[in-house]
Amino acid sequence: MMDPRAALEVLAAHRGDRVVVTTMSAVGVWPQLSDTPLDFAYIPSSMSQGPALGLGLALAQPGRGVVVVNGDGCMLMSLGSLVTVANHPADLYLLIFDNGLYEVTGGQLTAGTGRVDFAAMARAAGISRVYAFDVIDDWRAKAAEALSGPGPVVVWLKIEGKYGQMTPPAPRPMAEQIGRLRRALGQ
Amino acid sequence: MFDGPSVATALKGCGVTHVVWVPDGVLGQWDAALSADPDLSLIRVCREGEAVAVASGLHLGGKRPIVLMQCTGLFEAGDALRNFIHDLKLPLFFLIGVRSYYAHQQGKTADTCPVFTEPILQAWRLPYVVLDQRHGPGDLADAYRQALAEGRPGAALLAE
Repeated sequence: MMDPRAALEVLAAHRGDRVVVTTMSAVGVWPQLSDTPLDFAYIPSSMSQGPALGLGLALAQPGRGVVVVNGDGCMLMSLGSLVTVANHPADLYLLIFDNGLYEVTGGQLTAGTGRVDFAAMARAAGISRVYAFDVIDDWRAKAAEALSGPGPVVVWLKIEGKYGQMTPPAPRPMAEQIGRLRRALGQ
Repeated sequence: MFDGPSVATALKGCGVTHVVWVPDGVLGQWDAALSADPDLSLIRVCREGEAVAVASGLHLGGKRPIVLMQCTGLFEAGDALRNFIHDLKLPLFFLIGVRSYYAHQQGKTADTCPVFTEPILQAWRLPYVVLDQRHGPGDLADAYRQALAEGRPGAALLAE
């Protein structure tokens, strides 16, 4: 199990100039590590739609690369998005932070806590570049490889869950986020 | 008369770059024309809420998408629609097939799709027009262009 902040620090070291879309509890940590116009805190959100949002961005911006930090609860809610991602190749790097909890609602178990193999699901959906890490040193050693090259890529990370959490606030209003993201993308 | 080639031509005339869809029996007849058109990218997704999110990403990335789905998909996609057109304020446009529209008007169906489609669009505050057998792809293009000019989301309901 990894500390969520430590796992995100690895991402911060290797994200380059890719767009990073954060969801749920990652929104509360990521701005402390990176707060550029290419960092998009998807909150308020429609739970589970992060991968699809990232796919649309990646399709619209070939060569840019889009990283989506998704939770296991979100992933379970839209498993079909793995199939969609597999069938529309784009440089999308989908990180599944699996803490086995609905963390931002306080820490309830999901329907699949401790039993779901997201790596196998991603492969079965047709995604060939799939990684799984439960030790921070392994993630650190392979992050450069996982976060480069052609997408789609799925990285399944076993993360320590925290209880008593709440939905974090967005670092800035959505309209401001969208405006600076668009400018950064040259629009 | 709505058919695949004429709809594709109308969408391209509006500058649409991507069609994100979950087809139904009527929209699905346009599959060959939409997928063969080199100027349109047809994005097949698994659920309609996902279609709204993909279209939103495309829009944020500078493209001009349209979402095609059946009204049953609209019912499924409510939270995505709420989030992307109201929280993120993205001016997405939808073409939504209304199953059993004509049969409902004639009192010949128990299908509840036509009962709920328009009230649900009104609840989500999504402006819409109804396109029936009197209309054609040009009317779809007009509705799209009007929403675009006003910088707002919108929908066209296709009577089925």
